[in-house]
Amino acid sequence: MCLGIPAKVIEIRKDNTGKVDYLGTKIKVNFSLIEDVKIGDYVILHAGFAISKLDEKEAQETLSLLKEFIDK
Amino acid sequence: MEINTLRNREFIVAILKKIQEKIKKINYSPKIMEVCGTHTMTIHKFGLRRLLKDSGVEMLSGPGCPVCVTPNEIIEAAIDLLSNHENLILATFGDMTRVPTRKGSLMTSTPAKGSFKKIIYSPEECLLLAKENENKEVVFFGVGFETTIPSIAFTVKKAYEEKISNFSLLSALWLIPPPLKSIVESKDINIHGFLYPGHVSTIIGKIPYEFIAKDYKIPGTITGFEPGDILLGINDILDQILEDKPSVTIQYKRVVKEEGNPKARSLMYEVFEEKDANWRGLGLIPKSGLKLKEKFSQFDAEKKFGFKIKAQSKDLKGCRCGDVLKGLISPLECPLFRKACYPESPKGPCMVSFEGACLAYYKYGY
Repeated sequence: MCLGIPAKVIEIRKDNTGKVDYLGTKIKVNFSLIEDVKIGDYVILHAGFAISKLDEKEAQETLSLLKEFIDK
Repeated sequence: MEINTLRNREFIVAILKKIQEKIKKINYSPKIMEVCGTHTMTIHKFGLRRLLKDSGVEMLSGPGCPVCVTPNEIIEAAIDLLSNHENLILATFGDMTRVPTRKGSLMTSTPAKGSFKKIIYSPEECLLLAKENENKEVVFFGVGFETTIPSIAFTVKKAYEEKISNFSLLSALWLIPPPLKSIVESKDINIHGFLYPGHVSTIIGKIPYEFIAKDYKIPGTITGFEPGDILLGINDILDQILEDKPSVTIQYKRVVKEEGNPKARSLMYEVFEEKDANWRGLGLIPKSGLKLKEKFSQFDAEKKFGFKIKAQSKDLKGCRCGDVLKGLISPLECPLFRKACYPESPKGPCMVSFEGACLAYYKYGY
């Protein structure tokens, strides 16, 4: 099952594990599959691993696209 | 990003209106397959299937539910392992334990002395289990697509590095692009567009789907899991139909990069290699599954316990999960749906899994 809602990174340890806040719940996560993760980043989780980072600029683009539909 | 915006009624109505205008120009009702089981859930949960049908778009569910496509012979092998081997821990994801076979399910099976099944969330938990239970064998019944496979590869590699000898893998690992080729080549069904899976694509990127646009001229887009994502994806497919320019676009750019996740992919192919695999419903598909490379073969449960899984695909009598997975029939056309097959007493995996089309139809209506 894919979790579509991103989780916020709140802790990163030296061994590439850490914690995220997923809808208010703190979850242990392995960051080994992604590059350059920082505290405050949003990530997509799958089976205990972060598999992708959320690109906030692109997220804003999608929102702007949606707004265009209403304005038209 | 405000997730609520992607669920906002005003936006949904506006996109649907656009979709209706485009359908009028296209002048037929396109059939669009949502490949991913979580897309199937979103589409039903938010009532989109009906809204889209009324707008002239027919949605078909695809093979994107790993639990559903795993044929019974692998599940029966897992049941045999648990019932016949003493001091064995069979670890797997929750859905997998409830799939019914001719030998019952993992849930109903009787474990051998000292053995038990364990439902886990992350494959990595198996290594902890192995360390805590040195006198037992831990077998991970690992099921998944490209989304899950890198985490399983990570676990196997770690077991190798840490020399954990009481861990092994019974694998049901599936690659998404090969069955799509089988589906578009099948003469039974005519698909006009694909909603490609969001999270499989975070790993593989867009290139593996391009043959569908180039060779078969079928439009497609990689999309996310919110109602707004699904509708924007469909809008994109309709544009490709109208402009007669089939391609692979990414609607879910906030998460999916064109090149995917090379780090995860290289780990995946460090540990595994492709093999021909037998899918439920779809049959034998060349290079559609993964097996451990020779370097890691000590972790192969088949070798360790000396058995060989043979493709036979005998489903329970009357179950038509196979045809549902191909998009050939809707769950409503299965004679067992809501008559003999329920979430509490499923007759096939599509009614078990949280990504299964039958469960989506049952739970949220149609």
